[in-house]
Order: sequence, then structure tokens, then C-alpha cells
Amino acid sequence: MIAPMRKRPLSFYFLAVFFGLFVLFLYGPMFAIFILSLQGPDGALTFPVRSFGFHWIASLFFQQQRIGDFGAAFQRSLLLGFIVMAVTVVVALMAGLAFRQKFKGSSFIFYLTISSLIVPSVLISLGIGIAFNLIGVQTNWYSSALGGHLTWTLPFAFLIMLGVFNRFNLSYEEAARDLGASEFQAFQHIILPLIAPALIGVALFGFTLSYDEFTRTSLISGARNTLPLEIFGMTTNVTSPALYALGTVTTVFSFSIIAIAFLAYGFFAKRQQP
Amino acid sequence: MSNTPVSPPTQLGLAPSPSASGSTTRQTIAASTQGVMLRSVMKKYGSTVALEGINLDVPAGSYCCLLGPSGCGKTSTLRIIAGHEEATSGDVMIGDRRVNDLSPAKRSTAMVFQNYALFPHKTVWQNVEFGLKMRGVNERERKPRVDEMLDILGLSKFASRKPSMLSGGQQQRVALARALATRPQVLLLDEPLSALDESLRVKTRGELRKLQRQFGMTFIQVTHAQDEAFSLADQIVVMDHGHIDQIGMPQEIFNAPASRFVARFMGDNNIFVGQVTSVAADGDARLIQIEADGLGTFLCRGQAADVGTTAACCIRADRMQVTPLSSAFDPTQPNQVAARVVSVEFTGYVTRVSLVIEATGQEMLYKVSTHGWMTQPLNEQQLVCLQWSTDDCIFLSH
Repeated sequence: MIAPMRKRPLSFYFLAVFFGLFVLFLYGPMFAIFILSLQGPDGALTFPVRSFGFHWIASLFFQQQRIGDFGAAFQRSLLLGFIVMAVTVVVALMAGLAFRQKFKGSSFIFYLTISSLIVPSVLISLGIGIAFNLIGVQTNWYSSALGGHLTWTLPFAFLIMLGVFNRFNLSYEEAARDLGASEFQAFQHIILPLIAPALIGVALFGFTLSYDEFTRTSLISGARNTLPLEIFGMTTNVTSPALYALGTVTTVFSFSIIAIAFLAYGFFAKRQQP
Repeated sequence: MSNTPVSPPTQLGLAPSPSASGSTTRQTIAASTQGVMLRSVMKKYGSTVALEGINLDVPAGSYCCLLGPSGCGKTSTLRIIAGHEEATSGDVMIGDRRVNDLSPAKRSTAMVFQNYALFPHKTVWQNVEFGLKMRGVNERERKPRVDEMLDILGLSKFASRKPSMLSGGQQQRVALARALATRPQVLLLDEPLSALDESLRVKTRGELRKLQRQFGMTFIQVTHAQDEAFSLADQIVVMDHGHIDQIGMPQEIFNAPASRFVARFMGDNNIFVGQVTSVAADGDARLIQIEADGLGTFLCRGQAADVGTTAACCIRADRMQVTPLSSAFDPTQPNQVAARVVSVEFTGYVTRVSLVIEATGQEMLYKVSTHGWMTQPLNEQQLVCLQWSTDDCIFLSH
């Protein structure tokens, strides 16, 4: 630098320290779990780390009986996440398309949808449980819990799609129709490619909200647990670093999902802009 | 928006070329063209009337400009012809077909949108191809037609670019190419020049006119700028508040505005409103005398007027003689007023002189060539006499 740097004000240092503490608080616990999971067979639940090794991560995959039904719970949560994601994307997209025009009762439906975000999650879970009980249907992860997750993901996704279509230039569609495209062709060739990046965001959002959802699932997952419920159960009866290994593996998985989503987003955004 | 066109206008290929390609182009692109006819077309939005039953004939192969201030109904008219809006009642005819119930694509029209509405995720080539693809033209036939359109509009070297990488003028040509590629019989243009800056607008105006002549196609264009309409149109349709005020050739509209609104909208007209005091036969026309309180009397020619009714006349800012006010000024003589010079503005070829008639406070405008002004300049605050002949005084019936 040729020009001398201007002296930074005191507030810069104060805010920098504050931000540092924030980051530490955000990621510190995760790193503690990450480090504690990489121990040898003599590892314990607390610091100090006794030896380095992948013993507990390996134990997740080869000694399931010791740490509960982790594999099956993971599969259930994964599958549920994908179902929630698919339903969320399709329904939010169609709702977004519908809400581009004002129709009779549109604001009522809007508030009805959004209010699900305000009601305490436990009450929603309880309500769904009671309703299932009342009609005499067993609660299950793929029925009642799926519904519970959608009460959480759909309003969020709906809000995002409203914002997306708010900024969407209607003349693109008009031009497409003018050039001979049917409603479906205009959707397929013009609307869908233009909003694809936003849809990927909605998909990622839907998946992660479902994948780590605890409260709304807690009373309605039925006989078999989703992964967050299973992990919560383990904290009370698993006394080895296998618990931390589980945390590490699921975190790595979450990050890879985010990475895939960003790659896809980049791909579509690049196609859209030069 | 960049206004640096990559190719100079001479390379656009718009000029009719002496080679054979010129005539084949014309044949392949405009196999036929149709006129447009509106009969009692009305449009309501809820209880608001946007168009109050308009009638319009646009001859095949002509260039028609719908001109008026924003909210006058010109864009609604264009969109009703295109099929993007439905007329509440009335008939829209293209050629001899009634097209009210047809989709935009089935009307043989194509539209150039105000901000072009080029698909941002498609290349220039794909944008131009889109209409053909949607109409089910097979790939082998699509390619030469797209290439031809890009060639005609001088866009070949931008074929693989995205629209956002082009300047405003180039984007405008892509929009034209995309609309023309479907071989429409009528081209509809919604303020096609409004997104361009001044110098580019004048240049592109010339290109549009050439393109229309080259294809011999009916063009209907919406604009709010009179100079644009004057330079482009065979026929100008002046609209106001959902009705047509005047239809005519540019010279007619300019020389003989039919109403106070048109006279005002064209600019540079001095309008006097008063009572009709006498109507006398004068050959085919009538000699009409209008008396305005505090201004004097005005004589003009018109078709018909009733004594006692309110009417107006106008005189163009450049059709008056100005002389210093002298004791010879006789306020009882028609077609003259006394006024005070308020300000003098030099604008190049023309000098604009603002005046005020002190008796009533009405403002006036006098335009004179700068050369003429230099030979006989007047001072600000000077009292002058403005005079004009009966032939230049235009009767405005409403």
C-alpha cells in the first residue's frame, strides 16, 4: 500500500472481538465434539483427549447394537427429509404461481398459512398427536411426522416463493406467449429456468429444516425415531465417544448436502447470467 | 446501458441492397401483410373505462403511430390488438379475420416489448429461435431462418452472447429479430425507443423506418414523443383519455390540429379560447370569428360552428410577426395581441421568446430562426405586437 492506512477507530477493535466471540460460540462446541470423536478405544466423554483414532466412528458402522439403532434412524431421517423437500418445492412453487394474482380470499389463506410459524412447535406436535389418536390412526414418521415437518417447511418456502415471484418480470411470460408458447411451454422454457436457483434454495431449506427438526416431531414420530430424536435418546444412555462420532458423521453429511446445493445453484445461476 | 454500438449503421444491412438477396429477403419474411381494423373497441378495468369504443383503420403495409400522454389508452389498444388483453366489447380485425378470441400466437402479430423482455438465460440465437421452436418449425428449417434474421439486423457476430452483454441498441435489434423471425403480418411495437438515449434514439428511428419499408409490413407503434411519430408514421393516431382525438398524416396533425388537446400536445401552439360571434360562408369553408375577453377577436377558417358556443383557435409559435408596440396598434383589429417579452432563449437554429399578455396573464410562445432574430432583436420587458394571418389561425372545435 502506498497510501498510509487510516487509523482504525476503537469501535473496530471492540466489534472485532465481539465477532470473534460470536464465531467461537457458534463453532466451538462443534469442534469440541469433532475432536472428542476422533479418539482411540480408551477415549472418554470429556477432555483431555487420551489417544487419536477412528475407533468410535468405525464403531458407528460396525457395532450398531452398542449405540442404539443409529443406521435405521439416519435412513428414516434422510428419506423423510427428501420427501419433505420434494413436497415443499412442488407445493411452494404452485402456491407462488397462484399468488401472483390476487384472488378472493388470498390474504386470508396467506395469513392462515403463515400463522403456523407463530404457534409453538410443541403445541402443533401435540395437536397432530391428539388428532391421530382421535381418528384412531397410529402416529408414524412417514405420516404424522411428515405432516408435522410440512407445517414448518411449507410456510417458509411459501414466503420465499412470494418474494421470488414478486421480482419476476411478467413480460418474459407475455413475450413467450406472444412467440407461440403454450402456458406449459412458457413455464418449462422461461419461468422454470429463471427461478431454478431460488427453487434449489427452497429445496435445501426444506431438507435441512426437516433433517434436524426435533420439537414438532417429538410427540408424533410413532414407534420408530427420526435421527434427532434418536440422538437425544442416546444422550441419556450412551456413555462412550460413539455419541460424538455420531455428531461428527451427521455434521459432515449436512455440510456435503449444502456443498451439493451450492454447486447446483452455481450451475443454474451461471446458465442464467453470462 | 452502454450506447457504444459495435457495428456502424451502414453494416446493418437494412438498406435495400441492389443484389438479389434484398428481394428474396423481402419475400421470405413478409410473405403477406395485413391491415388492422378496430370497431367500437371498448376496454373497462372494473368500473374504469380505459377505451371508450374506438374505431381505427390501419391500412396494410403502413406505419401507424399511436400517440398520446401516459394513461391515454394507447398501450391498451396495442395490447388488445396483440391479444395480451381482451377487449370488453367491440371487434378486432386483422385482415378480414375477427381475432378477438384467438391467442396472441394465432393472430399473425408479433410484439416488441417496451423493455424488450429478452430471455436473460438464452443466447441471442436462442432468443430469435424461440418463436420458431414453439411453433413447431423443425430444426433443419429453423437454423437458416434464425441466421437470416440475425444477418438482416446485423447481429450475426453476437449470436452466442447473452442479452445482458449487449448494448441497449443491440438489445433492441434482438427484440426486433425475435419478433420478425415468426414472419408476422403485423408488427406491434410498445415504446421501442424509450429505453435508448437521445442520439441512439434518432439513429434507431431511421433504422425502424427502413426496416418497415424493406419488409413492407404493417407496423403499429405506441409512443409518447411527437417527433418520433412525425418522423416514422404514415398515419398518426392522437389519443387522449381513452378516445381518439385525431387521425391524420404527420403534416396534417402538425399543421391542422383538430382539438385543443392535440394543439397543446403537439407543443408550440398558442391557444385562445372564447365565444363564437359570427360564422360566414367562405368558399367551401366557414369564416369563424371568435371573441375572447381581454384578448380581442380572432378570425379563422373551419368547417362548422354555432354562434354563441365556446370554441378556440390556435396559432403556431413560428407563424406570427412581431413588431415593437406602437401608437398605431388598433385593438379592434382581428388576429393581433399586445404582449410583453418575458424571456429570450437561444437554442441553436431557433430562438424561443416567451411573452405574456398583460391584460389576462396568458403566456405565449414565439419561435423565430436565430438568423431572423439577430436582424431585429427585441429586449426583454419590451411591449410588442403579435400578428398573424387568417390562413395560419386554426379553428379548434373542441
